[in-house]
Amino acid sequence: MQKETPAQGKYVRMWFDFMEWVDARFPATETFEYHMSKYYAPKNFNFWYYFGWLGIVVLIMQILTGVWLTMNYVPSGAEAFASVEYIMRDVEYGWLLRYLHSTGASFFFIVVYLHMFRGLMYGSYRKPRELLWLIGMAIFATLIVEGFFGYLLPWGNMSYWGAQVIVSLVGAIPVVGGDLMEWVRGDFLMSEITLNRFFALHVIALPLVLVILVFVHLVALHHVGSLGPDGIEIKKNKGPDGVPVDGIAFHPYYVVHDIHATVVFLFIFCVVVFYFPDGGGYFLEKPNFEMADPLKTPDHIAPVWYYTPFYAMLRAATYPLLGLDAKFWGFVVMAGAIVLPAVLPWLDRSPVKSIRYKGMWSKVMLGLFVISFVVLGYLGTIAPSPAATAVAQIGTIVYFAYFVLMPWYTRIEKTKPEPERVTS
Amino acid sequence: MIPSRIFRLLVLFGGLIAVIDAQAAGGTKYPLEPIDTDARNLPSLQHGVKLYVNYCLGCHSMKFQRYERTANDLGIPHQVALDTLVFTGQKIGELMVNGMNPEKSKAWFGNPPPDLTMVTRVRGADWVYTYLKTFYIDEKRPLGVNNKVFENVGMPHVLLPLQGTQRMGCIQKPVILPTGAEKRDPLVPGKPITEEKCGELYLEEGTGSMTPAEYDAAIYDLVNFMAYVAEPEKLERHRLGIFVLLFLIILGVFTHLLNREYWKDVH
Repeated sequence: MQKETPAQGKYVRMWFDFMEWVDARFPATETFEYHMSKYYAPKNFNFWYYFGWLGIVVLIMQILTGVWLTMNYVPSGAEAFASVEYIMRDVEYGWLLRYLHSTGASFFFIVVYLHMFRGLMYGSYRKPRELLWLIGMAIFATLIVEGFFGYLLPWGNMSYWGAQVIVSLVGAIPVVGGDLMEWVRGDFLMSEITLNRFFALHVIALPLVLVILVFVHLVALHHVGSLGPDGIEIKKNKGPDGVPVDGIAFHPYYVVHDIHATVVFLFIFCVVVFYFPDGGGYFLEKPNFEMADPLKTPDHIAPVWYYTPFYAMLRAATYPLLGLDAKFWGFVVMAGAIVLPAVLPWLDRSPVKSIRYKGMWSKVMLGLFVISFVVLGYLGTIAPSPAATAVAQIGTIVYFAYFVLMPWYTRIEKTKPEPERVTS
Repeated sequence: MIPSRIFRLLVLFGGLIAVIDAQAAGGTKYPLEPIDTDARNLPSLQHGVKLYVNYCLGCHSMKFQRYERTANDLGIPHQVALDTLVFTGQKIGELMVNGMNPEKSKAWFGNPPPDLTMVTRVRGADWVYTYLKTFYIDEKRPLGVNNKVFENVGMPHVLLPLQGTQRMGCIQKPVILPTGAEKRDPLVPGKPITEEKCGELYLEEGTGSMTPAEYDAAIYDLVNFMAYVAEPEKLERHRLGIFVLLFLIILGVFTHLLNREYWKDVH
């Protein structure tokens, strides 16, 4: 114990008095204890448990850089592209804000994909965490749409044509498609009107939804508690003081953990921001340094890398069925691929939760799923060819098989017994 | 840390992707000559901007870049820049635009000459460099010239007086061995064995004001300048990045120690 000087004692007392005053009016201490200092998480969190927090770090960064970018960005067909270059050249540190934001978008998806993979691996979606998982899926869907709207704003040629391709998918819906597409665009073709509404949704509506969903995600998480890599409930084994024996207080233990993870993450992130902001043409696509031109289609339209697995699945649907054209089915496959993970909690019938104790089949299928996702992601970036389409079709089947076959392979496989206590 | 199993998986993806990539990369294109641009080479950039404003700017604006920024970054005093680079009576702080009328130029060339502020980010510096070197006489084209990299381009060969007349035809070229070296005549020391190749570019000697080496150097300077304009903050970005990364390394040492201190008694 540190010896208190009279002066320190005075200030400490003042602080306690102040907090007492606050707590009588607002549950400050109570909230801090519930969510931080008396929130217990399994002791054995590993590498994969950093990405939830890092997602919040990126979200905050995107909001801050986005606010400052908005101060100089002009959402108009004539000036949007020039205003981005104005930010890059004439605004003090505008280039930094812009690269932080554009790189942040890619890193947001890297972090979210790794976070979701963690969930798949350790069964984080299993009862009673179904709602937690569903809220997470809502965050993912919102993020996809948020990124899509944001990508139109620089008004580069790839922004324009990428958005054109995706919006035209709506037109493949039978009967109402054409009218619906017009309604989404607000015009007969992609135009300033589309840009303006995407801008409004990107800077106000969807960030608001994202922040609320992330808040609700955390509330749900702290209600059920983290599962940990063993997939066992630490709350089942409490000590005499009511604290889970395998749990550890989030604050300070995981706070110091996550602070260090944040610094490591920022290091990698800043290497990209300062030395590879284009991400090899994947984070900032080359045709996007040319202004949007409705009369000049880029040679090869590819979305940004984080959508390419789904884009590859869209293109993999090449057969018309039931009198509906292939484009519509592509849209269905793509939407299905995004939405399907939401029903995971009801597909997984395994007696154990974590991949550590699941059987051979679960491991093989998860491995194939990851391979298919990465291969599809690559195929989505290249121009279509018969070979690439065939591989994409196989990849799509594997992707869906992971989910659709799960009720069977999780039941028939031989599992290992779960441990009573968390492993180190 | 990342378990080794996952690492092996990643290596596997790499292999798969390489296979598909090899299939996807079809179509032969004209090989681009790679160049290393260098935004620190001020004499090169100054020569480049001189060439640009004299030969290019009349048609191709750089409407996102200001004369002042160019002058400051290239170490050119403002008055010198105004006297030698600004032909439009603009002020130093204005954007590098021109008086080209897009409707008329569309009638003249088929398309209005594009703005080139970021052309090296769209097409790459190698592309622009090779493009500017591979114009050749083609009587079938309306402007009398064609280009190897950009076939049937609508642009005239503005630098022809510098480079001279380049034609395409059949010429004798040294045979290249699989090792990459030229095949030599075993009887006459130093004499390369040649073969006739068609569709090759050759220069009519003495038709240009520059030697091929001088022309290559001039084009390098021009493209170097264009690469600078495409991303004028690049040097500052690289400079600042070092300090940011060093700060994060030092901060990371402390956050690591803090983390270790808290966790040392947890088992």
